[in-house]
Amino acid sequence: MSNITLLFDTPVLALQLLADGILVGAIFALVAYGMALVWGVMKMINIAQGELVMLGGYVVIELAKVGLHPLAGVPVAAVVLFVFGWILYRLVIFRVVDRDLFISLLATFGLSILIQQLANGIFGSDVQSVDASLGTLLFFGGMLTLAKVKLIAFAAALVVGSVLFAFLRYSRLGQAIRATAQDARAARVLGIDTGRVYAATFAINAAICGAAGGLVAMTWIIHPYLGLTYTLRSFMIVIAAGLGNVAGVLGAGAGLGVAENLAGFVFGTEYQTACVFLLLVAILVARSTLLRRGRRYLQ
Amino acid sequence: MSPRARTAALCGAILAVALAAPWIAPAIVVQMAFLWLMILFALTWDVCGGQMGYNSFGNVVFFGIGMYVCAVIQRDAGLGYFTAVFAGMGAGAVACTAFAALLGPAMLGLRGPYFAIGTLGLGVAAADLAAATEYIGAGSGMAPPVYPGGAGSARFYYYVLMALAMLAWLVLRWLYSRRFGLAVNAIRDDEDKAEAMGLHTTRYKAVAWCVAAFFLGLAGGPTGNLVGFIDPRELAFAGPTFGVWMVLMAMLGGRGTIWGPVIGAAIFHVTQELFWTYLLGWQRVAMGLLIVLIVLFFPKGVMGWLAERWPRRFARGAVR
Amino acid sequence: MSVLLEVSGVRKAFGGVVANDDVSIEVTAGAIVGLIGPNGSGKTTLFNSIVGYHPIDAGSIRFEGRELSRLRVPEIARLGLVRTFQQTRVYGEMSALSNMLISIPAARAGFASMFAGFARETVERAEALLEFVGLAEKRHLLAGDLSFGQQKLLELAMALMAEPRLLLLDEPTAGINPTLINGVIERLRRANAEMGVTLLVIEHNMRVMMGLAQRIYCLAHGQLLAQGTPAEIMNDARVIDAYLGAH
Repeated sequence: MSNITLLFDTPVLALQLLADGILVGAIFALVAYGMALVWGVMKMINIAQGELVMLGGYVVIELAKVGLHPLAGVPVAAVVLFVFGWILYRLVIFRVVDRDLFISLLATFGLSILIQQLANGIFGSDVQSVDASLGTLLFFGGMLTLAKVKLIAFAAALVVGSVLFAFLRYSRLGQAIRATAQDARAARVLGIDTGRVYAATFAINAAICGAAGGLVAMTWIIHPYLGLTYTLRSFMIVIAAGLGNVAGVLGAGAGLGVAENLAGFVFGTEYQTACVFLLLVAILVARSTLLRRGRRYLQ
Repeated sequence: MSPRARTAALCGAILAVALAAPWIAPAIVVQMAFLWLMILFALTWDVCGGQMGYNSFGNVVFFGIGMYVCAVIQRDAGLGYFTAVFAGMGAGAVACTAFAALLGPAMLGLRGPYFAIGTLGLGVAAADLAAATEYIGAGSGMAPPVYPGGAGSARFYYYVLMALAMLAWLVLRWLYSRRFGLAVNAIRDDEDKAEAMGLHTTRYKAVAWCVAAFFLGLAGGPTGNLVGFIDPRELAFAGPTFGVWMVLMAMLGGRGTIWGPVIGAAIFHVTQELFWTYLLGWQRVAMGLLIVLIVLFFPKGVMGWLAERWPRRFARGAVR
Repeated sequence: MSVLLEVSGVRKAFGGVVANDDVSIEVTAGAIVGLIGPNGSGKTTLFNSIVGYHPIDAGSIRFEGRELSRLRVPEIARLGLVRTFQQTRVYGEMSALSNMLISIPAARAGFASMFAGFARETVERAEALLEFVGLAEKRHLLAGDLSFGQQKLLELAMALMAEPRLLLLDEPTAGINPTLINGVIERLRRANAEMGVTLLVIEHNMRVMMGLAQRIYCLAHGQLLAQGTPAEIMNDARVIDAYLGAH
């Protein structure tokens, strides 16, 4: 708790936490964007979201071991996960799409456990990461450090998000996706192959997660069990921002990143994830109470 | 035989086998004890889940609290072994019920997937908090006192867990026959309608969660002692295992029925033990796959399948 | 005749759309009052406001002198205002009889009553009401397996089981086989006459409304257009223009 006073004594520390939080928050926001996409279009909540991120990280890590620079590995991870996502849809997810939300929750939870344990078996349970060897920017006489790789990851996340946004806005498939999101039956009647739309949506989401995972591998660490935390983070951001709100997702992502860093600093890193999860519960309850005032429910 | 006599005979047979089991198959007493725990897990989950429509992914939080409260009392209260165990169990149950009563109105105000994920978050947060708290051993866990009587420990806790599971089954069966049973079913079928009819939905929801919390709190202590070592993530607040399995077992057997969770727990537990024995190394992968298969292909469970095949015997629709 | 429900100057808007604008109606105890108007005139919104489904923007709603507009749905229901739904809502996975039993009045329910069983009188009353709506033989069927018309009757029986002071019925004959409509009208009249239940009814079927209601309010575009006895309403030029069409 004395750490709080430290924050006020040395404002540069607060700035560091803020900067790190915003930088990593963009990656959170990216993953949340994917979850919101799947939720809005396929009306399902993908609990395996974090596992897709984890897999993307491992792709970059394994490729780095054979000499591919991690920055180049990120697009590769996106492509690999795109294919993986498409296959996953055709094998499993398509059975879940038209059922109720609880079934999708449970099925994707089972998938997340499956993928998690497979990754544990294949890659081992040690934490791994890649060193992009890009150096660090120093400010304020060395008190504020911004790892260049984190800046690049931040920019990359924004770029991917913007590309996705533009794709959804202006491309044929993007429009088909948005039409299906609004009214699947109407879309079908108008000749849109909703099966392909769903497959594409899920695959795109997987690709986003893959890219995000690659960025995480460069800036942080990857291990088989980081999935659930990412899933819950995404869920929190989507709830806080609302399904259609892109700017909100970015803001909420940044906010979460900063909050997490602050919590880790003030309470100690071993409490960091616990704070994240409790924040999730708090946001849900707060949102529900606010809605109840207006006599509506989180539907 | 009339249906009532049939049920009584069935229960009597189960009771006889259950009482004799540790003597018939002493090598697998621990596994059989866990079977009773699984039955209790599935039954308590179903109160809020299958019967009331509030699918919790975080009931394991009560299990863990019960386990730690009991262990702390055993360690610190300076009581004789058995007094400590039972006092610890009681304290655990009280703590969990209080916790559920406190958090219930807020958490149960969340609907559908929000309740599921909110409780999931609660469960995982509990695991992390426990793993960070030195008083209860933090990440290294803690060990309850050794059972005074060597090998008899497994047998003793087998009977305790058996008694708890049976007690839970009897209490729930009674509850479902009262107004409580109809009320939670009404909340499941159409909560807005129930509210529009003036039902005290908040009350019923909170009580349902408290009932589940009570039994889970009771069961935590004995399990901790049975295993001999309490790990915060692998045993006490084991969300991705126990926490999810609760849901699956009730689904496998048939949600919303009194026998469904029992059947589901039995099948699930036996399968899991077989996986552990024959698929060592890949048993968790197999469990993940099993979960997906059950959810996709068998969501109505055994009781649901029976109701479709023999509707006259098994379908719902009779007033209790 | 005392005034049971007094709606004064109620206004409710959703975003830019004003669903109810300065609407005032009065329901006296023991009466049958009707609410008519074209689609989108704000009838169901008014119902929803009365039962507390959403807060109102302005005005007051008083039931036996007590202000309702700040209360929640279950609280209002426990005061004795029970409503039926346009889309008919029953508890689908429970038997018809169970649906009835769980509809007993909740007002007097203390904490301990949660664990109470069902007294024989309660079961008999439930069965009598099922008989009243003609569903006695179906009492062990799952409510979800009943036909739409049967579910509507079940919903009505459940509403009566709750011993309401005021029953708000949202299109009670919509979707029912025309040959059965007379039966519904008859039962509503008997509920009013024999059980003393005051009725506020939304209806599109004018034959039903004319035969049932003693006083009718006509809404159009969210505003009160006209009010009076059935005969007065039938001949009101504004009502004919907005809703009924020329004779």
